[in-house]
Amino acid sequence: MNYIILKKRDLEAAMARAATTYTIAGPVPDGSGNSQTHTFCCLSKDQCPDLEYKRSRLSPKALLFPQAEPMFHFKVPPKKNNNSVDYPFMEAGSSKEPPIAVVGIRPYDARAFDLLKLNFDSKDYKDPFFLKRYEQMVRVGLAETEPSPTNFSTACGTGPFDETGLDILLADGGDTFIGKVITKKGKAFASAAGFKPGGPEIKKQMAAMKKKAESLTDSSPAFGRILGAETLDLYEADHWETLSFSCINCGACTYACPTCWCFDIQDEVHGEKGLRLRLWDSCMTDLYSAHASGHNPRLEGYKRFRNRFMHKLKYFADKYDASIMCVGCGRCIEGCPAGIDIRNVMAAMNETCGKKEVAS
Amino acid sequence: MINPYKPYPVTIEEIRTETEDKSLKTFTFAFHSHEDEQAFDFTCGQFAMLSIQGVGEIPIGIASSPTEKPQVKFTVFKTGKVTQHLHNMKPGDVMGIRGPMGNGFPMHEMEDKNILIVGGGFAFTTLRSTIEMMLQHQNRSRFKQIDLVYGARTPGMLLYREEITAWEKRDDINVHITVDGTDDPGWVYHTGFVPAVTEKCAPKADAETMAIVCGPPVMIKFTRPVLKELGYPDEAILMSLENRMKCGIGMCGRCNIGQELVCHDGPVFTLAELNKTPGEF
Repeated sequence: MNYIILKKRDLEAAMARAATTYTIAGPVPDGSGNSQTHTFCCLSKDQCPDLEYKRSRLSPKALLFPQAEPMFHFKVPPKKNNNSVDYPFMEAGSSKEPPIAVVGIRPYDARAFDLLKLNFDSKDYKDPFFLKRYEQMVRVGLAETEPSPTNFSTACGTGPFDETGLDILLADGGDTFIGKVITKKGKAFASAAGFKPGGPEIKKQMAAMKKKAESLTDSSPAFGRILGAETLDLYEADHWETLSFSCINCGACTYACPTCWCFDIQDEVHGEKGLRLRLWDSCMTDLYSAHASGHNPRLEGYKRFRNRFMHKLKYFADKYDASIMCVGCGRCIEGCPAGIDIRNVMAAMNETCGKKEVAS
Repeated sequence: MINPYKPYPVTIEEIRTETEDKSLKTFTFAFHSHEDEQAFDFTCGQFAMLSIQGVGEIPIGIASSPTEKPQVKFTVFKTGKVTQHLHNMKPGDVMGIRGPMGNGFPMHEMEDKNILIVGGGFAFTTLRSTIEMMLQHQNRSRFKQIDLVYGARTPGMLLYREEITAWEKRDDINVHITVDGTDDPGWVYHTGFVPAVTEKCAPKADAETMAIVCGPPVMIKFTRPVLKELGYPDEAILMSLENRMKCGIGMCGRCNIGQELVCHDGPVFTLAELNKTPGEF
């Protein structure tokens, strides 16, 4: 069963079938009153992902890396008695979660999960919270047939039909969903949900849709020269204060971004009950890097702006011998209240490289 | 899968006030389980997260030497939320330690070399660990001449006074102690800033010399040209850095200096390595 098909009116029944094995997650209206803005979350048994959605303001990364994750439960204060601690010292939460099947994820957002993994799965340390979900998750992608003008995912080596991060790729075929099964995990999900085998014509149909969708994305941004340039040349360029002039360091870009992973760890106490939480953090705030002494290596807003873009477009690539830490979804461009466009930052950095080449 | 965020339970065994202003205390911890104690296998220059349930975690350099195991010691400056809380805790209280973390000093590269140690203020803790280790009978012959320049603002702000006095009496380490200023007529050591004393007392470098420099930014800034003048190449100057941290294992993001994460790729870097980074520390 390489190609599959499902009538749109059968989607609810298919999701209900799959929900006996998986926790279904997918896009649903985000409650803002605007039917055009969706959010990704785990759904209850009677909910169905809305596969007619256009955009989600936040990426689906919260499914792997929740905004607030309880890491440990404990009681305060801990007491010692006969060499053992009376109270449970630090208990990790229950790890028995059924595998999540995210249905309707955009292919480039799924690709971003693999970039996040580079951080959470290092040679020396494994993040158990992230990796457990990552390994269990089934990714049922929904191709984007009407990319927004801010979408430059094809320029970032992925795209609206990219299969590399997916187990199944679905596309809107009018009154049906047509699709392709990519992995074993995808095959298991397709049979659990009861997708029907599709004919070979689906291959052609999807190829044509892919070509059209890719042509609608902005493929012009380039970063090859950035990757080849010296870090300090890019860092010391004189454009950073100008580029960041309108930035208010609000952090909207970091929360919306599918590849931003910075986090904070905080303790909360209610009476005797304590909770150690992992929370999304943002490199745009000054507290992020402030020392207890008051010293801050990135005190000025432009330095934080520079660090964010240097990390995405240079440090990450160099550290992990990978490409840039951006999948071109365009959420930061749409969400920025100050009109900052990462494509312009890329262009400016490219120009720095050009100047340097000319000078040498 | 080992959960790297889970601290080992420990009990505070001893608390010792180090300085006259009571802003620095040394905490000695005992692990609750022997397996945890074995797992906490550290080298000089590494750090750990001190973890107090309900308050938070802080990264602190390990002040004891691996040769002093099973004891582990940390000298903590009272400055923020967690350290304020820690300074009010008592022997017998239970808390957590997560680690060891970071790369530590490159002991193998330091072997068969003359070692110059330059320290200022309360950045001296991992230097104490290193000196204590090198001076152990079984280790001393692995290193050549050892010189120490250590300074604080006043005599009462020097850490580990008794140990320094004991080191001074030895003939296998040259100890140069200084204070910024003092009105104590009995003060027999140097007076003046660390860079000036380094210039006066530190040996010239040869191909077999390494220097470790730990201290406040202003001390480092003025010590660098002195070491250059004495012939120390940037590759032979080791520095131990600090940045704000949360995870300590290279994941939460904030301690980066360019692509280097201080918690995981550091905290020890050579000056030559740091010259290639944006220097955000």
